[in-house]
Amino acid sequence: MAQPAEARTCPVTGFRVHRAAEDLVKANAVAAVVALLLGGIAAIVVLFTRWMGAFPPEVFYQYLALHAWNLLIFWIIFFEIALLHFAGSIMLNTRPASPAVGWLAFALMVLGALMVERAILTNPLNHLSFQPYPPLRGTPDFYLGTILFAVGALLGVGLFFATVYKAYRDGTHRGPLPLVVFGAFVAAVLAVATLLVGALVFVPAFLWSAGILPELNPFLWKVAYWGFGHPSQQINLAATITVWYLLSQLTVGGRTPSEKVSRAAFVLYLVAINLGSAHHLQTEPSGALSVGWKWINTGYLMHLAVLGSMIHAFAVPGSVEVGQRLRGHTRGLFQWLVRAPWHNPAFSSLVLSVALFGFLGGTTGVIAGTEQLNLKWHNTTAIMGHFHGVVVAGTTLAFMGITWYVLPLVFRRQVVGERWARWQPWLFGIGVGLLVLAFLQLGVRYGLPRKQPDIFRFRGLPLAFAWPGEVYALLTVAGIGGLLALAGGALFVALVVATVLFGKRLTDEELRRAYAIPLPAGNPGHAPKELPAVPGTFVLCLAFAAFFVLMYLGNYWNLSRAWPLGR
Amino acid sequence: MAPGAWWEEPVHPLERAWVVIAAVIAVGFFSATMLLWHAFGQQNVTGRAYRVDPKAYQAEVERFVQRYKVGEEAGQPVVAPPPGSDVYLLAQRFRFYPILRLKAGERYVLHVASIDYLHGFSITQPHVWNLQLYPGYEWVVPFVPREPGTYHMACNDFCGVGHEMMLGKIVVER
Repeated sequence: MAQPAEARTCPVTGFRVHRAAEDLVKANAVAAVVALLLGGIAAIVVLFTRWMGAFPPEVFYQYLALHAWNLLIFWIIFFEIALLHFAGSIMLNTRPASPAVGWLAFALMVLGALMVERAILTNPLNHLSFQPYPPLRGTPDFYLGTILFAVGALLGVGLFFATVYKAYRDGTHRGPLPLVVFGAFVAAVLAVATLLVGALVFVPAFLWSAGILPELNPFLWKVAYWGFGHPSQQINLAATITVWYLLSQLTVGGRTPSEKVSRAAFVLYLVAINLGSAHHLQTEPSGALSVGWKWINTGYLMHLAVLGSMIHAFAVPGSVEVGQRLRGHTRGLFQWLVRAPWHNPAFSSLVLSVALFGFLGGTTGVIAGTEQLNLKWHNTTAIMGHFHGVVVAGTTLAFMGITWYVLPLVFRRQVVGERWARWQPWLFGIGVGLLVLAFLQLGVRYGLPRKQPDIFRFRGLPLAFAWPGEVYALLTVAGIGGLLALAGGALFVALVVATVLFGKRLTDEELRRAYAIPLPAGNPGHAPKELPAVPGTFVLCLAFAAFFVLMYLGNYWNLSRAWPLGR
Repeated sequence: MAPGAWWEEPVHPLERAWVVIAAVIAVGFFSATMLLWHAFGQQNVTGRAYRVDPKAYQAEVERFVQRYKVGEEAGQPVVAPPPGSDVYLLAQRFRFYPILRLKAGERYVLHVASIDYLHGFSITQPHVWNLQLYPGYEWVVPFVPREPGTYHMACNDFCGVGHEMMLGKIVVER
């Protein structure tokens, strides 16, 4: 076989694809899927322990840590770095500014991830998931692993900026960044801020763990930690929304109703969203953190970021509606939705991801982050409900959706078992949805604590107590939802691995035929003069707004019945 | 290739309407509600907090226990302070100390602190509310145990292997 050329032109998107970029996308995507598999296996132990107390607490804590690090950090960040290589290099038709730096970044991330996995597997002190607050102390290699991983990720982000610069310098791209690259750019800026704050907490933790620093202030450490912990999720948010726009373009030729509004919404993230860290500091001793601080940080400015999200909540479905109307599905309010390509797993992933993220993940984030409402939510399973709604039903499902395009367009293989792939988003989405609903109710209504593996026996202690019957019923709902999600996740990994290893190689002609972007063709970014209006999206958004306000008020009503506090 | 000057595009009236609605809900309504609840709501995360030496706090809790102790249960003292008084709780791996017996509808001033790790103060069954505790910080916050009953507490912030054993109890009498 002849040596592949240095670059090729994608028959579907028209992008100039450099082999160096393509290889980096592939490597990071493969690492991401491996982490997804490991985290998914760990999820089995976590699920059955919470559902029916199947494993002892010490096993639970260990697998919870593996589940959390693999899925929330390794799977998502490897995938995001792949996304940055795609957006920076491929979408701007340029070679990465330095492929060597890309590989160094990748190597550091793999090394860091392996160190964290090893630390968790070998020492119970490292059974720390995302509340690893001192004086809880892991071993030095645990913190060193996180630092190496973060340095690698930071290098990957730096390479993205250098590559965007190169595209302009060499003239392979002119004019404004396409919306998808713009979104990736915002995610990258958030990532730099996040990773630097991460250094602020993990470097001292490492030094303390190694005996060089005598002690850490637990309060200051937690405040700084969430300056890393929550913004890291805002990178995911920006990346997820970027992928949504990309999916709407690939699946129905979508384009945002207004580039200006969508970009302004991304800018709102840059301005305000990292203050979401205050969400984790709502039930702290006031006096240590004042009411005014909480109100400004989560209330005013955070709600500017919420505004950004609500704008995307309009613009993303709006993008699908525009694409569909341009293709001729113009009748009534919802013909565009009915006649959508539901057989395409990437499209159903997009719809489920947007809907579940919005209704379950997004609304609950705002509610849990509201100062007083947090009294009912803090550290209960409702918080698990919230973040599974965001990063699993939202981010993970969106990344799974785009994978159905990565396989043919980057790996150039035909997806194995396409008929199974159609079911995958539904299995996964409905499963996670059930799990989330049950966790929300268990937390807010019944106060079920998170990270509590022994709620059935409490080790047989004299102060042990029983829960109302509804708790067991809801746990069964969560269990069944979890099983469906696991099945959906396993199906995803199986199909992806089978495709990469055994999928039929596709020629340019076959690719063009099977994956052609629907009208209007070509490079996103230059629209026809007049875009169609999106009345269907407007109606859907009104329904969403009503739901949101009702949920919010309902939570205050629920709180009003609790014991008076603070007066 | 068209330059795509996106900042000059007009925005469709429907989308403009949505941006206004979203801004009113998010920036106006949500932010205002948080503030109004401080003025009129009964459940707020207010009170005071002090840095406190863990040993001194432990001694203070012990004095409180000796003064109002009325019995023992599950190896823990049961303490019944008079209505309106200051009540003390201590969180440590892996217990909430002591067991409290209170009168329904009366106002108490809660003092609570951890003496070792971060803990989650959760009155979970029946569910009331949850607070975050830090080593070395003493929360002082008034509250009213409104309905009579037996209230079970559990730590809901991971504090090491054994966290699952960290339980407590508050009995509220008529």
